[in-house]
Amino acid sequence: MKGVYVMSRISATSSQTVNVRSLLDEKRSKKLKVRKLENIIPYLLLLCALVSILTTAGILFTLLRETVGFFSEVSIIEFYTGTNWSPWSGDFGVLPLISGTLLITVIATVVAVPLGLMSAIFLSEYASESVRKTIKPILEILAGIPTVVYGFFALTFVTPILQSIIPELSIFNALSGGVVVGIMIVPMVASLSEDAMNAVPNSLREGAYALGGTRLEVAIKVVVPAALSGIIAAVVLAISRAIGETMIVTIAAGATPSLTMNPTDSVQTMTAFIVQAATGDTTFGSIIYYSLYAVGITLFVLTMIMNLLSQYISRKFREEY
Amino acid sequence: MIEMEKQSVNPVKEETASSNIFEVQDLNLWYGDDQALYEINMDIPKYQVTAIIGPSGCGKSTFIKTLNRMVEMVPSVKTTGAINYGDQNIYEEKYRVEDLRMKVGMVFQKPNPFPKSVYENVAYGPKIHGIKDKKTLDQIVERSLRGAAIWDEVKDRLNENAFGLSGGQQQRVCIARALAVEPDVILMDEPTSALDPISTSKVEELIQELKKEYSIVIVTHNMQQAARISDRTGFFLNGELVEYANTNQLFQTPTDKRTEDYITGRFG
Repeated sequence: MKGVYVMSRISATSSQTVNVRSLLDEKRSKKLKVRKLENIIPYLLLLCALVSILTTAGILFTLLRETVGFFSEVSIIEFYTGTNWSPWSGDFGVLPLISGTLLITVIATVVAVPLGLMSAIFLSEYASESVRKTIKPILEILAGIPTVVYGFFALTFVTPILQSIIPELSIFNALSGGVVVGIMIVPMVASLSEDAMNAVPNSLREGAYALGGTRLEVAIKVVVPAALSGIIAAVVLAISRAIGETMIVTIAAGATPSLTMNPTDSVQTMTAFIVQAATGDTTFGSIIYYSLYAVGITLFVLTMIMNLLSQYISRKFREEY
Repeated sequence: MIEMEKQSVNPVKEETASSNIFEVQDLNLWYGDDQALYEINMDIPKYQVTAIIGPSGCGKSTFIKTLNRMVEMVPSVKTTGAINYGDQNIYEEKYRVEDLRMKVGMVFQKPNPFPKSVYENVAYGPKIHGIKDKKTLDQIVERSLRGAAIWDEVKDRLNENAFGLSGGQQQRVCIARALAVEPDVILMDEPTSALDPISTSKVEELIQELKKEYSIVIVTHNMQQAARISDRTGFFLNGELVEYANTNQLFQTPTDKRTEDYITGRFG
């Protein structure tokens, strides 16, 4: 092999023409140093990936440790079955916070799923290319509005409108907060569902149109089912987002933990309690301080269940194409 | 007008004096500013196989898609001229494209079953047109699958996803899907180009069976196939219908020099 290398070098210099082979050999020997770096790169990238994994593990560890501390003082049964949450007077029944969170989430879902899905169907099946290219970025900008702005929008714009329809509505209520959380997650549902529907091959649409299907029939009976796993994933992701939403509900839904499913009532969600307690003058090491972690881990478990559910459902409904 | 509407809802196949299923008159078609079809005049006979041949990009696929107006899936398409189907111009404004496509079925180049079960694939057409009764649907599915010569292969797998079938089987399921709404015409756009030789011959045999009950228009880039299965053949070149004649005549004694060059393999 060395002989060949030398010979090609000679022929290159003697004939005065460019010998690609020898040029490449030359470059390659220079590249040897780079190749060592090449071997290190995967580990570097792995390290970067580990950072986020380790952070998650760290958070989980802290949550668990402090939660264990909390449950040494308050019984876990009392925590998860108690119907009264007034930590400053020693009542640690988390159910009102869970019901508040669920109420907001249900309202948000009821608002976001139809709106988001219909927007997605419009964008993917009806809108022309130019309309889609204009509307989709606008939708995505909507997703970038800070939630604190949504919160004030709920309190100062949506609540007064709702009050003119439902006069007995209090200033702080679950309805307004839930509706605005719903509006906040519409772009997420719409955009992700549209991606899923756009990924449905055109040949399927052609097949359906060729059988005499109308646009609506093709959209609802072929495209949506074919994109269902993606749509469900979008919806569940959006619901997770609604469960974890903090600012809107803190501002608009009030701070009254109550075990209710009445949307006109003021409620407090788990996230809103965490804000309230964490920004107030809670002493480090007090029982209220520990309760933050117990509520936090409950929230974490709830979101995790949602994510697992989405994976299960999307696998079950998947239509391969 | 009222009478025409009656005709279009009448499920019985019309026995008019004309022996043509389609009469294409002075058809021009543009994609945006690019003209793709020039002054096409063509009578397509009933209960026969009409083949469309020509090199890539000659407009043969575009032409076959004008017959069920699938060509309008491209938003910038413009057409002039007329295509008469049972005394009515399908390009008339009032003509409902869904009614047309129910009567003029289509099979595509690449098998495109829906990602559903074999049964649901075939039942899809009847279902969207309002047939809900399970027994009726069962019958339609079986008859259509038998019609497409695939019943024996899939009768035990009706509830499996159609994507699990082989390419040739998928294509025959697609043919069954088209048959399920009992069309008058079946358009086939290079239906065997993605299939292996054995599946191809099965589909070709099937076409011979189908022409007893349906009028068939088939686009093919395979001249032997056109010669084997069709009764009439049209040769397209650069958007023009160069020659249109009985298949034997066109392949043995073409009248146009360009046809002769193409079928003897001098270009394309």
